[in-house]
Amino acid sequence: MEHAAITVKNLFKSFNGQNILNDLSLLIPRRQTTVIIGRSGDGKSVFLKHLIGLLKPDRGQILIGKDDITVLGEAALNRVRRKFGMLFQDAALFDSMTVARNVAFPLREHSRLKPKEIMEQVLFRLDQVGLNGAENKMPSELSGGMRKRAGLARALALDPEIMLVDEPTTGLDPIMTQAINQLLKETQARLNLTSVIISHDLRGAFYLAHSIVMISKGRVVAQGSPEEIKNSGDPFVRQFLEAGLEGPPEAS
Amino acid sequence: MRFLDSFLGKIGGWVLAGLNQSGGMLIFFLKSLFWLLRPPFRFRLLFRQMEFVGVKSINVVILTGLFTGAVFALQSYYGFAMFGAESLVGSTVALALTRELAPVLTSLMVTGRAGSAMAAEIGTMRVTEQIDALTAMAVNPIQYLVAPRMLAGIIMLPLLTVLTNYIGILGSYVVGVKMLDISEGIFVQNIYTYLAMTDITMGLIKAAVFGLILSVVGCYQGYVTAGGAEGVGRATTRAVVLACILILATDYFLTAVMF
Ligand SMILES: Nc1ncnc2c1ncn2[C@@H]1O[C@H](COP(=O)(O)OP(=O)(O)O)[C@@H](O)[C@H]1O
Ligand SMILES: [Mg+2]
Repeated sequence: MEHAAITVKNLFKSFNGQNILNDLSLLIPRRQTTVIIGRSGDGKSVFLKHLIGLLKPDRGQILIGKDDITVLGEAALNRVRRKFGMLFQDAALFDSMTVARNVAFPLREHSRLKPKEIMEQVLFRLDQVGLNGAENKMPSELSGGMRKRAGLARALALDPEIMLVDEPTTGLDPIMTQAINQLLKETQARLNLTSVIISHDLRGAFYLAHSIVMISKGRVVAQGSPEEIKNSGDPFVRQFLEAGLEGPPEAS
Repeated sequence: MRFLDSFLGKIGGWVLAGLNQSGGMLIFFLKSLFWLLRPPFRFRLLFRQMEFVGVKSINVVILTGLFTGAVFALQSYYGFAMFGAESLVGSTVALALTRELAPVLTSLMVTGRAGSAMAAEIGTMRVTEQIDALTAMAVNPIQYLVAPRMLAGIIMLPLLTVLTNYIGILGSYVVGVKMLDISEGIFVQNIYTYLAMTDITMGLIKAAVFGLILSVVGCYQGYVTAGGAEGVGRATTRAVVLACILILATDYFLTAVMF
């Protein structure tokens, strides 16, 4: 079998003496969507930031392919980072730049394309996420859903192998939520990406995931296909599913 | 006793926090220097910051220089008139300006204008994860954000100080010669006699150091911002207060060493 895209072994991380990641181990399969679910504050974003070296663990290993990024220096780490595209929770667009400049940013930094070719790429990417015509807008002029789309276009600009997405639909209305989920699913399938998505939205998780990972208190408590998770007998998983799928709509 | 204990404890806490901050700032400065000297060199970002720190401060600096020179001429005139030495007003103002007032006041004004903006801008980028986004896109944020601002501070503050010198002396000329009727020839002649080139260059070296301080402090406070919009506000305030204090303290030591 092909080795996993990402292998996480016994990850520990604490902030101010509080354990956020607590012996977290996980295999993320290649060219599939893995959705991570869990309660707010349980360390999902912290975990995702470890995968791209934004945070360093106190202990443990993170293998991207075969490179252990926890021991790499800045230059080597940056080479690994170029395999990634990341969409942050609030998109993290550069608010001093237009949408086009935001999407062009990774191309200008890391490709040898000429300005005209970059512009073509940018328009193509914006078209892919349904943002044609928005290239000269500033991020502050965009709605939440448009910001997410622009962030996605930027994350995909350099054709990453791995896409990291933090809560793509939190705070969006149901129609926009569905549109973004569709976009993520299409993108993953079209580009054959390894994609790691954090989500609060269980419906979206079941729609997107090839495999679902449930994190609680900084460790993995369940992992499996959507079917396996749905039929799990684990009381914690059941409680989470019942609250998320059948209970009142979650305010997140 | 109990009061004394808690009082000393508080002071100890401040001292530790202060040392912690200065240590963090020193490391930050060294990192910025390291990244400044490595390719890629981002000239476009540098020019944008030079424009922001320098060109956009010109109005403020002109006003500061004009009024400082004018008021200083007025004050020294009253003093010198007591023993008939009015002709020394011009040279006194020129010396005080070039050695002391122009670099310090210019830097304090630019701290309020640009140092605070650096803290606010970088602080906002921190709390909205734009700095993380830079890192995730394999761009070093210190090189991208801090190095150009630091260099712009070092380059532009001496230039602004030259302007303050000129305008300040012009202000003292207007007050001294035009309003208080000091003889123009003597006023100007005394400036040439008593003002040496080293006075000016030392003042400009000071200004470069102050430019470094205000940009590094502004960027550092922004860079370590935590706690949302409120945190950005705190970072901005702290950047201005800290940079001003550091500029004044450094000025004392530089003066002691230089003159
Ligand atoms: N840089 C940081 N410094 C201190 N604490 C942090 C930091 N980042 C996250 N935390 C804490 O870690 C916990 C988990 O945060 P996070 O991973 O963002 O949760 P979520 O699962 O909702 O994404 C929270 O209690 C948060 O306050
Ligand atoms: Mg989160």
